[in-house]
Formats: sequence, C-alpha cells, structure tokens
Amino acid sequence: MSQKIDGISIVLCGQAGMGIQTVEGILTRMLKLAGYNVFATKEYMSRVRGGNNSTQIRVSSQPISAFLNRIDLLIPLNKGAVQHLHDRISKETIVLGETEFVGDEATGGHFKFIEAPFIKIATDIGDKVYSNVVAVGMLAGLLGMELNNVCDYVRHFFSTKSADVMQNNIRAAEAGFQLAGNLTGQVKIDFNLKPDSAVKNHILLTGGDAVGLGAIAGGCNFVSSYPMSPSTPVLVFLAKNGRDFGIITEQAEDEIAAINMAIGAWYAGARAMVTTSGGGFALMTEGLSLAGMLEMPIVVHIAQRPGPATGLPTRTEQADLELALYAGHGEFPRILLCPGTIEQAFYLTARAFNLADKYQVPVFILTDQYFIDTYYNTKGFDLSNVKVEKHIAKTASDYKRYELTTSGISPRGVPGFSRGLVCVDSDEHDTEGHITEDLQIRTKMVNKRLQKLESAKAEIVEPEFYPNRRYDNLIVCWGSTYNIVKETLAVLDRPDTSLLHYSQVYPLHPQTVDYLIQAKRVIVVEGNATGQFAKLIKLHTGIDVKDRILKYSGLSFAVEEVAEALNKVLK
Amino acid sequence: MDEHVFDMGEIDIAWCPGCGDYGILNVLKHTLAELNITPENLIMVSGIGQAAKIPHYFKTHFFNGLHGRALPAATAIKAANPSITVIAESGDGDMYGEGGNHFVHTIRRNPNITNIVHNNMVYGLTKGQASPTSQLGFKTPVQVAGVFLEPFNPIAIAIALDAGFVARAFIGDAEQTKEILKKAIVHKGYSLVDIFQPCVTFNKMNTRQWFKEHTYYLEDSHDPHDRIAAFKRAVEEDKLPLGIFYINPNKSTFEDNVGIYHQDKRPLFEREPDFIRLQTLIDKFKTTD
Repeated sequence: MSQKIDGISIVLCGQAGMGIQTVEGILTRMLKLAGYNVFATKEYMSRVRGGNNSTQIRVSSQPISAFLNRIDLLIPLNKGAVQHLHDRISKETIVLGETEFVGDEATGGHFKFIEAPFIKIATDIGDKVYSNVVAVGMLAGLLGMELNNVCDYVRHFFSTKSADVMQNNIRAAEAGFQLAGNLTGQVKIDFNLKPDSAVKNHILLTGGDAVGLGAIAGGCNFVSSYPMSPSTPVLVFLAKNGRDFGIITEQAEDEIAAINMAIGAWYAGARAMVTTSGGGFALMTEGLSLAGMLEMPIVVHIAQRPGPATGLPTRTEQADLELALYAGHGEFPRILLCPGTIEQAFYLTARAFNLADKYQVPVFILTDQYFIDTYYNTKGFDLSNVKVEKHIAKTASDYKRYELTTSGISPRGVPGFSRGLVCVDSDEHDTEGHITEDLQIRTKMVNKRLQKLESAKAEIVEPEFYPNRRYDNLIVCWGSTYNIVKETLAVLDRPDTSLLHYSQVYPLHPQTVDYLIQAKRVIVVEGNATGQFAKLIKLHTGIDVKDRILKYSGLSFAVEEVAEALNKVLK
Repeated sequence: MDEHVFDMGEIDIAWCPGCGDYGILNVLKHTLAELNITPENLIMVSGIGQAAKIPHYFKTHFFNGLHGRALPAATAIKAANPSITVIAESGDGDMYGEGGNHFVHTIRRNPNITNIVHNNMVYGLTKGQASPTSQLGFKTPVQVAGVFLEPFNPIAIAIALDAGFVARAFIGDAEQTKEILKKAIVHKGYSLVDIFQPCVTFNKMNTRQWFKEHTYYLEDSHDPHDRIAAFKRAVEEDKLPLGIFYINPNKSTFEDNVGIYHQDKRPLFEREPDFIRLQTLIDKFKTTD
C-alpha cells in the first residue's frame, strides 16, 4: 500500500450483552461532537448472549466511511477476543486491557500488550459494570479529548438514570481518563488528529436509520413486516417514530400477510413498504407478482444476508440481486435501487416511493447487514431536495382502471378519492379490471405492463465515477461496497484507475456500455460468489467482465483486501 | 335504497346453474341496499375460487387478490381508509385452507371488516377435492379413501379467539341470512359469517336437502354474550346450529389501535409527511441517536 490510511482504528471485542454498544455509542458521539470524523461497523454472532462480537471504530481528521482490517488499538472485553480477531492483529496492534482476557499471548510478541485494569478501577468505584465507561474515559484521554467534554457527554448519555448511577459513570470516565494519562508513555501511536468544526454539526446515523428517514421523507405511511435480521432496524425505527408521523406499523403474522397488506394499503391510497431479508422476501414473491398484475406500487426493502435458507443470519452478502430481479411468477417490470452511502440511502428510499407511485411497479431498496449496521458522520439531509409526488388520479363515473395508454401507465384511482369505481384483479383482466379470458386483451395487457419499464428508463439514476471519467482500468461495483472501493482507490495511487458505482442496477443505465468499452480493463467488485452484477451487465451490454473480485464469507470487504486483490489483477 | 344499483347488466357468470353462490350474491345486494351502503362506499376484497369471483358480478370497488390472501389486504384497506365499508368474501378453501394463518391472526387483529365465507365443504374451481370443512369419509379424486382429517370448525376457532361477531347461515333461508349479514356488517370490529351452501356439481354428500336436515336455528334464549355457551353450541356435531353464536361488543378495532386516527380522521391518501418534524428528527442525529 502506497499511502497510510489516515486516522486510527479501534476495535472493541466481547460477548453479546457485555456493553460493547455502550462504549461504541458514547465514544463515537462524543468524538463527533468534538469535531472528529468517526465511522463504526460491527460484526456479531446470531445469539442474544455470549459469543464473540466486535465493533470497529475509526477516528480521523478526514471523512472516513469504510471497513478496515487494520487494528491499531484493541480493547478485549472477554477471553477469546484476541483469538477471534487473530487474522487482523499485527505486531503494530496495541492490545489494551485486562491481563486475564489476553492470557499467555500477552507475552508472545504477536502484538504489544499494555495492561489496563478497567475492572479493578470500576470495582473501586462501586461495581464492575462501570468498566465499560472506564474504557470510554481511557480512549477519550488517549485520543486527546478534553476531560470536561467527556464528562458532559457521559452526563448526557446517562441523563435518564438515577443520580447515583450517573455520578458513578462520571467517576468511571474520569478514572479512565486519568489512566490514559499514565499510559501515554507506553501507547506510542501518533494519533495526530485535528478536529474539524464543521463535523460537530454533522449527523451520525446508520444505514438503517437513513432508510427509515428516507421512507418518512418519501411519504411512507404504512409499514407491514415480519422481523428478520438484518432488516429489523428499519422496522424498529419506523415503529418508534411512526405515530409522530402518522405511520401505521404492523408486525404481520408472516411475510405473505405483510406484502399483501402493503399492496392493499396502496390500493386504498397509502404509501406502503415492507422491510425484510432474503428468506422473508422469498415468501413475498407471490405478493410481488400480485403487485405486478394489479399494477400496484410497492416499496420493498431487502437487507441482504448470506443464504441459502437460514444461512448466516447476522452476516452480510450481496447475493440477492438476482432474487430481487427475477422474483415473482410471470413477466412484469420493476426497479432496483441499491444505495452505497448514507446520503444515497436517504434520498433513494424517498425516491423509491415516487417511482413506485408513478410507474405502478415494485421498487426495491437493496441493502445488506454491513450497510444497515454501519454508521459515520455525514452532512445533514436537505429536505428541499425531496418532494412527495403523488400520482393519484381524479376519476369520472366511467373510469377504467386499466385504460390502455402509450406510456403503459393508466391513471390510478383510489376508492373514496373521486367518483370512479376502482376494480383490480389478480386474474388477467380487461380495461375495467374484470376477469377475462380474451386472449387478444391478454396480449395487450402484457404489452401495456412491460411498456412501463420503457417509460421508467427515462429517469434511471446515473452511476457515479470516482475520482474521474478518464481511466484505463474501471472498477465497477454496486450498493454497499461503494465507500470501501472508493477508499481503496484513494490509497492505491493508481491515476489510471477509476471507480463506477451503481446505485440503480435495474433497469441498467443505458450508457453502461459506453463507460465500459472506454476502459482497457474492467473489474467488478461484489459481495457474492457468482458475480451477479457482472452477469446482469453481460445480459444487457454483451460485455463479459471476466475480472471479478468476489467475497462471500459473511464479512464485508475490507479496504486492504480490495487493494491487495486489485494490485494482483492490475499487477 | 334499491338493490339494483349493484347490478352489472348482461354479464357472463362462471358459476354452475343451481349454485348457492347466486343466492348469496342476491342476498348480499339486498342486505347492502337495506343498510344504504352505496357501491362507492363499499370495497369487496376476495381471493381465488368460485366464491371469490363474486365482486365481478357486482357493481362496487373491489380488490380481487390472491388465493388465501384476502384478509391481510382487507385489513390494510380498512386501516388506510376507515370510513369505507370493507367486506372480505371467499370460499372455505380460500379462507380456512390457504388463508388459515391469516384467518387466525385477522381475528386477533380485529379490523372493522365483515368476513363472509361461502362454505360448501368442497373445492369447486379445482374440481372436487376436499376442503378444510369437508366431512369425514367424503370421497374425492384425491381423498380416494375418504377424508380422514378432522374437519375445520371455523365457528369454534373464532369463538376461541374471542372474535367480536360469529355467526353461521344457510343460503337455503335467504331472509335469515340477510338479517344475520346486516348485523355482521353493522358490528364494529371483525365479524365472521360462515354461510352453508350446496355445491351442485362436486358435493353429492352435503346437498341442499342434507343442509336442511342437518341444521337448526339457535333458540331465542341463546345468549350470544356468553362465550362458554357459544363455544358449546359451536362444537355440536349431529345437527349444526345456525344464527349468531357469539357477540363481544367491547373490543377496540385495529384502526383504533394503530394510533393515527384519534386526532386526525383523514384517510391516508389525504395526508402529507410533516417535514418540519422530520427536520427535527434528522437534527437529533447531531447529538444522540
């Protein structure tokens, strides 16, 4: 690697339920408020207690938004943490924590170990439960924060707790901060972090939060879903905020009910979505086909995880692109959006509702576990760029729901809105929505439905180039890999190489073929085993991208990993 | 109101001559006319099967969805616009077989909709296989040795789940069926009306005559507010009671419980997101989650 990646990478590792989230939650927000750029992502096992889970927190003077393998500072919160992260620990890694959690390896020379007795300090304060906040105080001290800022934030974080608990947590933070002072001689890391006052005013939120906020901005007022990792945070977010925004949130008995509810809601004039993962969406495919036949809008959020079947419930993958693309019996159009940044997640989710309403087609938001659970600071969202576009038609008493038009789009009436009766049928139907077996009408209706895809091609989201449109080598990716490949290019120092990221994969942008033939070499980077986007590109452009960097272990790509693979391909 | 407002004129109807569905269609038109429910104020939601074709023979708003899936769609339609009358109507295979899970959970959810089930104890559209309500020993091309699965008892299940209104009718008695339907539609909350009907083509066991001989009306002395008594009547087997088994008028509806209509009665299609409030929510991410 030609250039050191800016900033510091801290990893916390412990059992589920041990308070990693507390340390992460306090530290990242405190640092952001002090003007540091922060990024956090977690990998966790599918269980409520125990196991080994880890969170990476990156802190930098520059904006950062990608997963790194490198660990500068590791804080083990239980035994087994070092083994769990073995492949990511180097001689430069400093392990800070209890001797008993590190064991014999402390003296093995694989990493630098410095004892930090969080538990003893916490016990002296009153309970070992405060050890997490001792760790927060220590990290804040090492990172050069002001003690009063640390105490202020800890006070804010525990503001709903009793005075005793709050006081003890502040004492814990102070003790940790003091510990950092004693350790600075030993912890020789050049943090060299410069706060940026603009960052203080940034928002700090997960991909899941951004999808939820985008849904509200898109006018979503009905959500029906069945809980399934890793999509549940979106359902939880909308349930938590739903009543403030007039959103009906219903946990259905199964995904089949969920999507039929959402389609029924759109019929009655709501703007509805479902949020699920691959296995749950598999149950929705019959309903998806119903939306296709009824020409009912629907927004489907799929947070992908590795399959087949139950797969790895809490891990990440980009392997349901083809599922979303081909799901549902029969032929009908659809649109697939796949945000790569927090901002895209917000704006594209909002846009999904407008597109679904306008073209009367299913619109997908494809994310994944990595994307949903990852967060970093970003500028706020500009609501003046968002508009809820409703496409509900005024109708007369001779209204025909499926009137044939050149665009394929028939004006969509809603019962109770104006005079016409709104008749929809899952059977093949005539222009009035009544069941028919007239095979000439059948052919016209198929053509009409498919014509909507041609109409929707008028507003395909442009793929984004980074750093520019002049390149010998072009890396193509989609969805959550955007920031990872972007940072890879920033550190690779290859002026001959650019990135092309798609946040809409279907319909595929028509200029794709022009962009690809300009390159001497094209490389696809995606998180699945068979190169699903590469196959889609071949289908629509005839270009067979043979260089593919694929990952399907259940973990996200890391920057170093993509860099190494690219170096190998490009030599 | 004149029941002819629902007439479709000359149409091709896919039901067999003599089918009980004609009777139900006719009774439903009279019921709605007497309740002054206009085609514009009614949404019929159905699934798939011969019974589920009823909205096509009827002038009104309708949502003819998937096999077994009428109830989730009907629930959401009512929730999105509570001022419109919603009837979910299909056959016994659709509601109790393919849609069995939705049947159970829709009762728990208690939307203010009326669930009418044409119960002829056989599959018609797929040509004569057993339905969940087929009687033991009923032979079909698939159940060649006769049905050996315990028949599904929708009345008992609905009472067990404390459904707000549970009734059974027989289309051989149009007048009583109409009276039961009127009460079901007026009931606030989920109401079930299971209607016995003969299938003249595929069910030679449960004929019009069989239904006449094997049914009787609950006495006037039956107290529909007594859940235990209602359940006892629901599990009677030799002769099957007709009438209103059970009423619980004290249940809040799904639309009440979703929490968005207390101050604002407007249907969802009239609403816009509150961007000022959304900006406040976004700004919260500057400091906390």
